[in-house]
Amino acid sequence: MERVVDPATKVSPLRKQSEWIGFGIMAAVLLIAPFVTYPMFLMQCLCFALFACAFNLLIGYVGLLSFGHALYFGWASYLAAYSAKVWGFPPELAILTGTLTATVFGFIAGSLAIRRQGIYFAMITLALAQMMFFFAVQVKFTGGEDGIQSVPRGHLLGFIDLRNETAMYLFVLAVFLGGWLFIRRIIHSPFGEVLKAIRENEPRAISLGYKTDRYKLLAFVLSATLAGLAGSTKALVVQIASLTDVNWPMSGEVVLMSLVGGLGTLFGPVIGAFVIISMQYKLASLGEWVLVIQGVIFVACVLLFRRGIIGEIANYFRIKL
Amino acid sequence: MFQICLPVFLGGKCIVSAALFGQLLIGLINGSFYALLSLGLAVIFGMLNIINFAHGAQYMLGAVAAYLLLNYAGIGYWPSLIAAPIIVGAIGIAIERAFLQWLYKLDHLYGLLLTFGLALIIEGVSRHYFGTAGLPYSLPDSLQGGRNLGFMFLPNYRAWVIVASLVICFGTWFVIERTKLGAYLRAATENPNLVRAFGVNVPRMITLTYGFGVALAAFAGVMAAPIYNVSPNMGSELIIVVFAVVVIGGMGSILGAILTGFGLGVIEGLTKVFFPEASNTVIFVIMAIVLLVRPAGLFGRRA
Repeated sequence: MERVVDPATKVSPLRKQSEWIGFGIMAAVLLIAPFVTYPMFLMQCLCFALFACAFNLLIGYVGLLSFGHALYFGWASYLAAYSAKVWGFPPELAILTGTLTATVFGFIAGSLAIRRQGIYFAMITLALAQMMFFFAVQVKFTGGEDGIQSVPRGHLLGFIDLRNETAMYLFVLAVFLGGWLFIRRIIHSPFGEVLKAIRENEPRAISLGYKTDRYKLLAFVLSATLAGLAGSTKALVVQIASLTDVNWPMSGEVVLMSLVGGLGTLFGPVIGAFVIISMQYKLASLGEWVLVIQGVIFVACVLLFRRGIIGEIANYFRIKL
Repeated sequence: MFQICLPVFLGGKCIVSAALFGQLLIGLINGSFYALLSLGLAVIFGMLNIINFAHGAQYMLGAVAAYLLLNYAGIGYWPSLIAAPIIVGAIGIAIERAFLQWLYKLDHLYGLLLTFGLALIIEGVSRHYFGTAGLPYSLPDSLQGGRNLGFMFLPNYRAWVIVASLVICFGTWFVIERTKLGAYLRAATENPNLVRAFGVNVPRMITLTYGFGVALAAFAGVMAAPIYNVSPNMGSELIIVVFAVVVIGGMGSILGAILTGFGLGVIEGLTKVFFPEASNTVIFVIMAIVLLVRPAGLFGRRA
């Protein structure tokens, strides 16, 4: 990969610091949070937060809208659950199996989808995800409508019992923070700068000699892999892998989380995931109205708050993200 | 009755002719819905530069409108076939005025996200009132029964659906490609500012185009009501298949959208006969192959 160093776009030290401060606050809050609310709820939020961050890597930094990220999340969750339950894999290997599945699917789907731009890209990713949804309905090992239930959490590295809620929480938190830092590293790397160049003006990036298709594919695979990491972890947390995770509404939900929090921001998808999951918990009794409320949030975000929560706050305080 | 067999290298499966033609008929029916919906998507995309994710929901609204008209106003199938598209088309116009018109200067993606939100709202509301189970809608009396063609039994209603959608599809093609109104439309698609300079009210044309595209979807919905049950979920699964159809055909050509729609319906029907387990996925597989061989789509122009 070629290196891009342009002194004009160098990140100011203050901004870099503010990201670390933000990270510190986030980590501290998440460490204290289980004393305030249910760890189970928090763990689910963390998995979706990582999922949304992975999705945001594509839409926010390469400008590619994938409407099929449930494919990687759901299939990774199936493979992690299956390998833990049937093959008796320890948790770290089960998660690795799920994540690698997502990498492979991401490579295949990505190589097809990047052949078309813009709106077609979204439709292709959605169609491929739907195809794999039907496949998940038909093959035996996914358990059809029942899904894969009572997945054992097992012992991490052979000696940490993950049935202990605190151990599990710390493990999920570590996975989430690790994933977040990895995404941050990608975005601030020379590779990330090329991605942003593609987002701003792809023909220009091509004319500068970058093979943009390769960059887009790699970004797609990375995003799918991280979505898979989130899905595999989720399978161990809730101990179920089901069709809900691979179906299209899941793809829509992750779009909503990122949009609500703020596309193209590091903390936005995290906030968005917490907001949307809390909303689903609080409003669960309202039945179908949850769908309607989600729709209304979509419409409101697109028409009124395109920057999302984080983006609007940053804009108010004139912080450049 | 006679038997038709696949070549050995494809599995050598044998099928009775009636089953084959029966599935072909179902394929043509599905194909006519694919064609009507992808035609509407293409027309809307051409003028508004927006992919209308709510298209499936609006198709469902057409069926629901027909159901409500029948059960609460006593209005039968034939008047509904006109009334439901007008009602849903009017809703579409309201949607365009209220929401979509603010998005034309933004990235295409926002249009997709907004219409996705609208689809969720429409689907959620109808699920709340009608549940997820399908509601029955009976065949109109005039189209009950069918005729025996010798090699298969052809229900009258299904024949009507195929003929009607062919007429609507080619009617739309004729209006867009062969009339003065169509010339305005195509010109406004190409260069809206220039057309406005000639004194044509382009914003109104855009609004009406969206209304027309939505009405097409509702029309398909009314026709689908007696075949499938009227259910809030009927649109969302169909729209994803239609997206694949649109990717395969490309949205550049009206005739292309029609041909791809019918063609894929037939292929899906044939798959149901010979490889039933692949019938859900065959259109997506074809999409993947087309992307490999002809990335711009069968009728698409290279961007």
